[in-house]
Amino acid sequence: MGNFGAKIDKFIEIFIDQNGSAKVIEGLENTLLIAICGLIIGIVIGTLIAAVRVMPKYSRLSRILNGFCSFYVGLFRGTPMVVQLLVFYYVLLPLIGLKMSGVTVSLLVFGLNSGAYISEIMRSGIQSVDPGQMEAGRAVGLSFGTTMMKVVIPQAIKNILPTLGNEFIALIKETSVVSFVGASDLYVAFNYIGSNSYEFMVPYLVMALIYIVLVLIISAGIKLMERRLKRSDRRN
Amino acid sequence: MTEETNKTVMLDVIDLKKTFGELEVLRGINIKIYKGDIVVITGPSGSGKSTFLRCLNCMEDPTGGSIMFDGVDIADQKIDINVHRRHMGMVFQHFNLFNNKTVVENIMLAPVHIGLSELKKAFRGNLESGRELAGMFPDYANRETGELSDEIRALGKSAACKKLKQDARDKAISLLKRIGLDSHADKYPSTLSGGQKQRVAIVRSLAMNPDVILFDEPTSALDPEMVGEVLDLMKQLAREGMTMITVTHEMGFAKEVANRVVFVDEGVIKESASPQEFFEHPKNPRLQEFLSKVLV
Repeated sequence: MGNFGAKIDKFIEIFIDQNGSAKVIEGLENTLLIAICGLIIGIVIGTLIAAVRVMPKYSRLSRILNGFCSFYVGLFRGTPMVVQLLVFYYVLLPLIGLKMSGVTVSLLVFGLNSGAYISEIMRSGIQSVDPGQMEAGRAVGLSFGTTMMKVVIPQAIKNILPTLGNEFIALIKETSVVSFVGASDLYVAFNYIGSNSYEFMVPYLVMALIYIVLVLIISAGIKLMERRLKRSDRRN
Repeated sequence: MTEETNKTVMLDVIDLKKTFGELEVLRGINIKIYKGDIVVITGPSGSGKSTFLRCLNCMEDPTGGSIMFDGVDIADQKIDINVHRRHMGMVFQHFNLFNNKTVVENIMLAPVHIGLSELKKAFRGNLESGRELAGMFPDYANRETGELSDEIRALGKSAACKKLKQDARDKAISLLKRIGLDSHADKYPSTLSGGQKQRVAIVRSLAMNPDVILFDEPTSALDPEMVGEVLDLMKQLAREGMTMITVTHEMGFAKEVANRVVFVDEGVIKESASPQEFFEHPKNPRLQEFLSKVLV
C-alpha cells in the first residue's frame, strides 16, 4: 500500500483536470433520475395492479384485468433486470421503430420492473388494513376506487413504507447495470476515470462510498417520513 | 309527524335470502320498514340478524329476494348501489372511523367528495345530480326539479366548489358541537375513547342526510360506562323522527325506544311485535326461551 498516496493523486488529477468530476456528476444525476423516476412509475403501476388484485371479482372486466396483472407480475419478476433492459432496448424498440436514449429506456424499464415488485408489497399493505375501513367508506356511498384512494391506500402506504424504502435502495443499487444500454451512470463515470489512469482501486472505492452515502441518506429520509406518518397513531 | 307520512314504506324486504357457500344464513325474510320506524332486531348468536342488517345496504350481496328502497330493488346487482347507500347510514360495531383522517375529515369526506362530483355534473346540466346534491346541500339546488339555485349559479363552478367544501366543514363542526366533541375536531380517531368514536361514527352517517340509519350492534364493543352516551344519542335521533334499524342486545333500549321489536332465529323472522307485546306476551317458544336467558 506504499503507493496509495500516488494512486489518490492520480485519481484527483483525472477527477479534476480531465473532466472526471463532470462525468461523475452526470452519472450521479442519471443514477438518481433512473431510481427516482423508476420508483414513482413503480408506485403508480404497483398501486393500480394491487387495487385490481384486491378488487371483488364479480364482473368479467375485473377478472380479465386480474389475469393481465398476474401475467405482468409474473413476466417482470421472472426475468432479470438486465435482460429486460436488453430486450427493451435491442428488441422492442427497433421492432416498433422508436428511438430512445439509454436513460429514458432505463427509467421506463426500472419503473415497469419495480411496479411488479411494488404491486406485491402494496397488496400485502392493503390487506393489512382493517376491512372495516373499506366497509365504512362504501357504507357512506363512496365507490370502491374512491375509498381505496382516500382511505385504504394511504394507510397501506404507511404500513409498507419500510419495505418501499428497501425497494428504492434496491433500485439505486441496480442502476449499475444501465450501462448495458448505453446510459452513463456512476459505474460508467468511474470506469472512465479508471481507464484513463490505468488505476481502478481508488475510483471503485470512491464509487462504493458514494453508493453507501446515498443509501444512508435515503434510509434517514425514510425514518423521518415514517415518524411523520405515524402521527395519526399517536395520542396527542 | 302526520298520520300519512307514518305510512310511507321506506324499505320493503321481500323473501330475502343469503347463503355463504353451503350455509343458508337467511332463508326468506319479509318485513316492511315504515318512515319513522325504530326497529330493533334481536336474536341468538348466529341467527342471521347481523347478516340481515348488512344485506339491507348490500354490504353483503343478497343471494335471493328483493329489497325495495326509493322504488328501486337494491338487491339487483345491476343498479349503482353507491347512489342508494348515500341515503342509508350505517354504524358499525367497531366504529370503523377512517384512521388516516381527523375527526372532522371523517365526517366531511363523503359529503365533500360526493357533493363535488354531483355539483360538477349539475353545472353541466345534469338534473338528477342536482336532485342528489339538494339531498345533501338543500340550498344548492331544487330538490324536485334538480335545477341549481340562483345563488350557486351566480357563484360559478369553482367558487361554488369552494363554498361546498366550507359548508361541509361547517356542517361537520356543527354536528360535532351537537355531540360535544367540537374541541376534538382536528384530532385523529386513535385519540378518542370508544364512546366518542361511536358518536363520531353516528354523526358521520348523519352528514349525508340519510333517510334511514342501520346500526350493527353499536354498543357491544364499548366499555360499559360508555354505552349510555351512545344510546342517548340514538334516543335523540329517534325522537327527531329518524328511521332506525338496530341490531342490539340492549333490551332496555328496545323497550324504551323501539316501536317494533323483531326476533330473528334460524334465518327467518320468528316474531315481530310492539315492545310491550314482545316482552310481556312472547308467542314463539324460541323467543320465550331467548328472553328467559337475556332478561335475568
